[in-house]
Amino acid sequence: MTTVTHPSPAEVWDWLSHVPDPEIPVISLTDLGVIRDVAWDDDTLVVTVTPTYSGCPATAVINLDIEAALRAKGVRKLRLERQISPPWTTDWISAEGREKLRAYGIAPPIDGTAADGRLMGRVNRLAGADLAVACPRCGSKRTSKVSQFGSTPCKASYRCDDCLEPFDYFKCI
Amino acid sequence: MPSLPDMNTPDLAELARGAAAHAHHAEIPTPDAGQEAFFEALLRIGDATLILGHRVSEWCGHAPALEEDIALANVALDLIGQTQMWLGLAAEVEGKGRTADDLAYLRDAWDFRNPLIVERPNGDFGHTLMRQFLFDAYHFELLKALQRSSDPRVAEIAAKAAKEVAYHLERSSDLVVRLGDGTAESRRRMQDALDALWAYTGELFLADEKDAAVAAQGLAPDPRDLKPAWESVVRDVLAEATLTIPESAFAHKGGKRGVHTEHLGFILADMQFLQRAYPGATW
Repeated sequence: MTTVTHPSPAEVWDWLSHVPDPEIPVISLTDLGVIRDVAWDDDTLVVTVTPTYSGCPATAVINLDIEAALRAKGVRKLRLERQISPPWTTDWISAEGREKLRAYGIAPPIDGTAADGRLMGRVNRLAGADLAVACPRCGSKRTSKVSQFGSTPCKASYRCDDCLEPFDYFKCI
Repeated sequence: MPSLPDMNTPDLAELARGAAAHAHHAEIPTPDAGQEAFFEALLRIGDATLILGHRVSEWCGHAPALEEDIALANVALDLIGQTQMWLGLAAEVEGKGRTADDLAYLRDAWDFRNPLIVERPNGDFGHTLMRQFLFDAYHFELLKALQRSSDPRVAEIAAKAAKEVAYHLERSSDLVVRLGDGTAESRRRMQDALDALWAYTGELFLADEKDAAVAAQGLAPDPRDLKPAWESVVRDVLAEATLTIPESAFAHKGGKRGVHTEHLGFILADMQFLQRAYPGATW
């Protein structure tokens, strides 16, 4: 008789923290905050994943990468579940993830400005609030938005007015 | 030979008001009848995002600037992603074993329930932007209300989609202002677009007996209730854009009941070709 011991959820979380995001490989899936839960359902490992954007093509790749990584660690029975509520928010990107984004040249989302059903940008612009995005290269806050949508749905295109660096801003949702 | 459905459809709003006035006397719909109205309501949302998503994606590689090309593709992507959720739920509610893909690729024009505005041809960039703005402002209010749906599945999808649509509306509002209050040429084009599209906005807020049925169950809002908030945003932005709202209250209608313009058939011919020619093809 053999006793099968499952890896603990904490161990699985640690494995997942080494799986890179397919589109922004400098951050991991746990940095991105898309892993909602890891649990055992009898002898099946259940990983609950939340999509970033509804139509994000990376979602399918993320699921594939999770499966490949866990299979490689010897997990045999695996189930991936999709959870859309509560919806993913950039507030779930870890502090470490934000630093990695900045070092990679992507301005991380400004804390606490996640879209909450109001038109934050417009409201703030009309109210004259300071929501300047800092240039990830030189740190200047003299930057301009080039386009609300950048290379992926989750990013906007910006330009630094001081060092002239064009860069992506990870916009808040 | 039977004639084609008349585009002069009866006054749906009047019919719905009549239905609503008697709603509390009516029997609670049987599960089947209720499910059918719910299925229809989900098609009205999912078909709108599907057809607009497809229309907007036609710009991919053709927009006047790279940033706009990317932005349009991203908006289309959001809309198609939301469609997967809405039509997925519609298929689940229908309970006949169909999938979101079946609904998107294997129905013909008369089974589509999108409002006519989303099937309007793209026209020039300004025209596309104006259509997007008028729809985004409606879409945003719709999703706000759907987050209070009595069905948690609807509320969850709406909460997810609302975050994305907030960005769509922010972008389209800003561009309508920039182009409307821009050069003489851009202003003329935006006014032309507004004049052409305004008559397609009324349908968004008409209610029929199916709207009344789902509203009575708290599944979705009564479309008429969305109009004041929509109008206030639209009036503000168009005023800032120095554009003039047409005075006519005439509204083209029919899409929500499956009576479409000829444009939808061309969209479907393009969108559905692969699954029609090679049924069940996957990649």
